[in-house]
Amino acid sequence: MSARAGTGLRRGGSHHLRVNPIDCVAHGMCHELLPEQIALDEWGYPVIGDDPVPPGLLALARQAVQTCPTRALLLERRRTE
Amino acid sequence: MTVATMAPPSTLPRLLAGVGPEGAVGLHEHSEIHGELPAVARRSRKTASPLIDEIELAGLRGRGGGGFPTAAKLRAVVGARGRPIVVVNAVEGEPASVKDQTLAEAAPHLILDGAVAAAGAVGAHEVIVCMCERSPAAQLAVAQAIEERSGASDGAVRWQVAEVPPHYVASQESALVSFLNGGPAKPTLMPPRPSQRGVGGRPTLLSNAETFAHVALIARHGPEWFRAIGTAAQPGSALITLIGPIAYPGVYEAEHGSSLTSLIDAAGGLTEDVRAVLVGGYAGGWVDARHIRALALCEEGLAPYGSRLGAGVVALLPASACGLAETARVARWLAMQSAGQCGPCVHGLDTLAGTLEQTLAGSDASNHSARLSYLTSIVARRGACSHPDGTAQFVASALNVFAGELADHARHGHCDGCRRPGMLPITTELPR
Repeated sequence: MSARAGTGLRRGGSHHLRVNPIDCVAHGMCHELLPEQIALDEWGYPVIGDDPVPPGLLALARQAVQTCPTRALLLERRRTE
Repeated sequence: MTVATMAPPSTLPRLLAGVGPEGAVGLHEHSEIHGELPAVARRSRKTASPLIDEIELAGLRGRGGGGFPTAAKLRAVVGARGRPIVVVNAVEGEPASVKDQTLAEAAPHLILDGAVAAAGAVGAHEVIVCMCERSPAAQLAVAQAIEERSGASDGAVRWQVAEVPPHYVASQESALVSFLNGGPAKPTLMPPRPSQRGVGGRPTLLSNAETFAHVALIARHGPEWFRAIGTAAQPGSALITLIGPIAYPGVYEAEHGSSLTSLIDAAGGLTEDVRAVLVGGYAGGWVDARHIRALALCEEGLAPYGSRLGAGVVALLPASACGLAETARVARWLAMQSAGQCGPCVHGLDTLAGTLEQTLAGSDASNHSARLSYLTSIVARRGACSHPDGTAQFVASALNVFAGELADHARHGHCDGCRRPGMLPITTELPR
């Protein structure tokens, strides 16, 4: 993937959401903010695919990370080798 | 210093060479059987030890169940910042497996030699040997072996022994690091891996006890010797814990890729008809008995049958037993062994075990099979450690192999086999 202006991908790569399952206690706020990327299982815990977060949803993803009451949601950048 | 007259054993046993039915091989006897451990070139600031290259050429993979290439782990430790430390994992949290405690009881010096060689290769001066609280015989053998070596040629290695709680996830690598750092013996989120930041925040070479024993032999005899047996993808031998209706259950050393039938023959043969075999233990998979003659003891040989060698547990299920009842009992135990930290594991494994129990009791749910499959898929890759993944694989294999029994139980409830005492070993200790 090539770097695009305005997406924060200065060195190239992609952003992925990940949950720290030890810290997560199923508040579910991440799903409310970002249902496109985050589903909930039958116990209320987030199910997150491995697909990169599309540039158009990055701002919401960052907001979800900041809103998580236990700081269990992580946005990670993976460099493309 | 090598003993030039020492001819390396070209056949099995390797790890269990000279091991008798009782007691440990002492230091003197150990040197006579295996020769002296050659001095390992210590890692300097500029150059990594050639032993790491030899381990890479040997193709050694970890024997704790994960199968990670050992040389890659050593290199990660060397590449991390700080003075490394070596941790030998002889805890063996899986109740069906006794190969590490057997090796520690019988040939403790081989494990310690491997730790000394690995410590030299990564530039470590300290080794912590982690033993299970519930294995006093193995603890004693290791303590005596360390005592015997005091003043010997272990260089600057300082030994410590840690007694680790016996629950299942305690022997997972991040749980061990947490415990050694004064925390609970429960997994933590990785990364950081122990190789990056482990005990005391230092780069930590944490490997299974059997893995270190293989390192001790590679340091002596080299990679070509190691690769002389086994398969190209999985060279060497492995310790197998064999249980079930056989004449002589116990720990055997088998060549990777050798047939399961040859192992059964070596153990005196079957004493009862067999319905299925569980390979890889409680994170492995059931295989239908009709495939037993085709099974080879290596990952390539087992993968087509939905199973894995893992830490080398092979459990034969008698035809008179109920594979579903065994699976449900172990699934309930695995649910109780959850460290209680990750929601999908806590709720998912409990629901999985409960659904299995209801199905066995003859619940009339028409979609039990689909529900169980769904539950195995939804818990995988959702925990900090691979406990839910392993449990999911174990249960999913049972749904496949015992599909007929599953439908029968859903209609008619418990079978005669359900009323037999369970054959797969479980423990009573809960995570703490």
